[in-house]
Amino acid sequence: MGKLFAAAVVVIALVSAGVFVAHVWWLPPDISALGLRIDRQLDETMIFTGVLFVAAQIALAVFVWQSSGREGAIRIFPGGPMPLVGVATVIVGLEVLTLIFVGTRVWAKIFLAPVEANAVHIDVQAGQFAFYFRYPGPDGKFGVPHPDLIDEGNSNFFGLDPKNDTSARDDIVSASLVVPVDRPVLLTMHSKDVGHSLYIPQLRLQQDFVPGLVIPVHFTATGITRTEIVCTQLCGLGHYNMRAYFEVLSKDAYEKWLVDQAGQ
Amino acid sequence: MRMKLVASVAVCALTTMALAPNAHRNAGGTVAGKVTFTGTPPKMKPIDMAKEPSCAKEHATPVMNESVVTGAGSTLGDVVVYISAGAPSGAAPASPAVFDQKGCQYLPHVLAMQAGQKLEVKNDDQTSHNIHPLSKVNPEWNKSQPPGAPPIEVAYDKPEFIPVKCNVHPWMHGYFAVLNTSHSAVTGSDGSFSLAGLPPGKYTVTAWQERFGTQSQEVTITGNETAKLDFVLKATEY
Repeated sequence: MGKLFAAAVVVIALVSAGVFVAHVWWLPPDISALGLRIDRQLDETMIFTGVLFVAAQIALAVFVWQSSGREGAIRIFPGGPMPLVGVATVIVGLEVLTLIFVGTRVWAKIFLAPVEANAVHIDVQAGQFAFYFRYPGPDGKFGVPHPDLIDEGNSNFFGLDPKNDTSARDDIVSASLVVPVDRPVLLTMHSKDVGHSLYIPQLRLQQDFVPGLVIPVHFTATGITRTEIVCTQLCGLGHYNMRAYFEVLSKDAYEKWLVDQAGQ
Repeated sequence: MRMKLVASVAVCALTTMALAPNAHRNAGGTVAGKVTFTGTPPKMKPIDMAKEPSCAKEHATPVMNESVVTGAGSTLGDVVVYISAGAPSGAAPASPAVFDQKGCQYLPHVLAMQAGQKLEVKNDDQTSHNIHPLSKVNPEWNKSQPPGAPPIEVAYDKPEFIPVKCNVHPWMHGYFAVLNTSHSAVTGSDGSFSLAGLPPGKYTVTAWQERFGTQSQEVTITGNETAKLDFVLKATEY
């Protein structure tokens, strides 16, 4: 019975690892300038944890196999359970710290890098249960948002004050995130109500919205695409239905889109 | 001679029978007219429903925001015109006021009803809605309504203009106009309205538009005449 269990453990471990090695369920192709670093880090993490996982399962199987049918022969860890827990904590802790250290460096290189001066600035607001994206319009300036003026029924999703604030009059508000290809994009992300999350797997980009904070995120899309953005932070009753579209357009198509939106 | 008498009696009886169902509506005077605006109305923006494909595909062209509906000749739609004072008191109509959710829009955009009248909210979409009327005088509620769910039946006891929103689709927007009277009309985009069946008396007629506010005028009905009454509301761009 013990030998059967040991064999089953090895089979389950190898099949599970094989699914990852073969990339059966994997991220969609990367279309961002810096996504390669994330992918490389993801691969390193997967190899590191994957090797440890398979080694641990095989070790477990070996001990089970050896001890099978030899009741009374089971030995305990030298010194009893306390040193066992201590050694395990140190080993696992070192693994986790190593991953955090290496991963954070890659993350910081991408997220904390300075934003290029020619970046397209888009203001992003998440609210129950939709995303809205704001472009500064022909004047290149954003109107100042006033949360008390938010009036969704009248399409004033950002609480702009076009009566008194002339820079707000030409702001373009879209329900889709439309960006030009091969040009840096800066998103300033804020939430109207609760926590939400923006996840665009093609860009290897995921960032939470935190109420009260304006969080900058930047990326450069390198391929034309149209894909779905879904909220990846449980935000309430309509969470399942909180989505938008992400479109990367050629330079000309993007300029035309802006003109069309400004004319509406 | 006898035949003639029988014939005329028969004609009379038939005419009376034909008219009978409408008799109470036809009795009395009528107030009719048009609602127009002066000034520049705000530009209505198209609504992007991309996040709800089941609704987006129901509209061949983008749906426009409906908070200001205008017609040729500066006419104003979705204006509630009602008797705000002097109206004969009457029980609320037995038939329910029906508010439909279709294509992620409220149909009609503005629904007039009498206080105490039954209100029926239907969901004709393939998606869940969460209707949330933001009442202040009446008790506030919000109810989720999945596709295929039975209509929600409620009633409001006190007169109030109640903005209605959907907690799932931020662009959805409408109004319940809960009135003290059954003598009310909501203008179409041609701005015209007609309030019939008014007994002789002096009335205050009020027009209400969600962005441009209210305006009242007095009118006196003496018999079966139609009193003409026009409203000109002042539009503001922002």
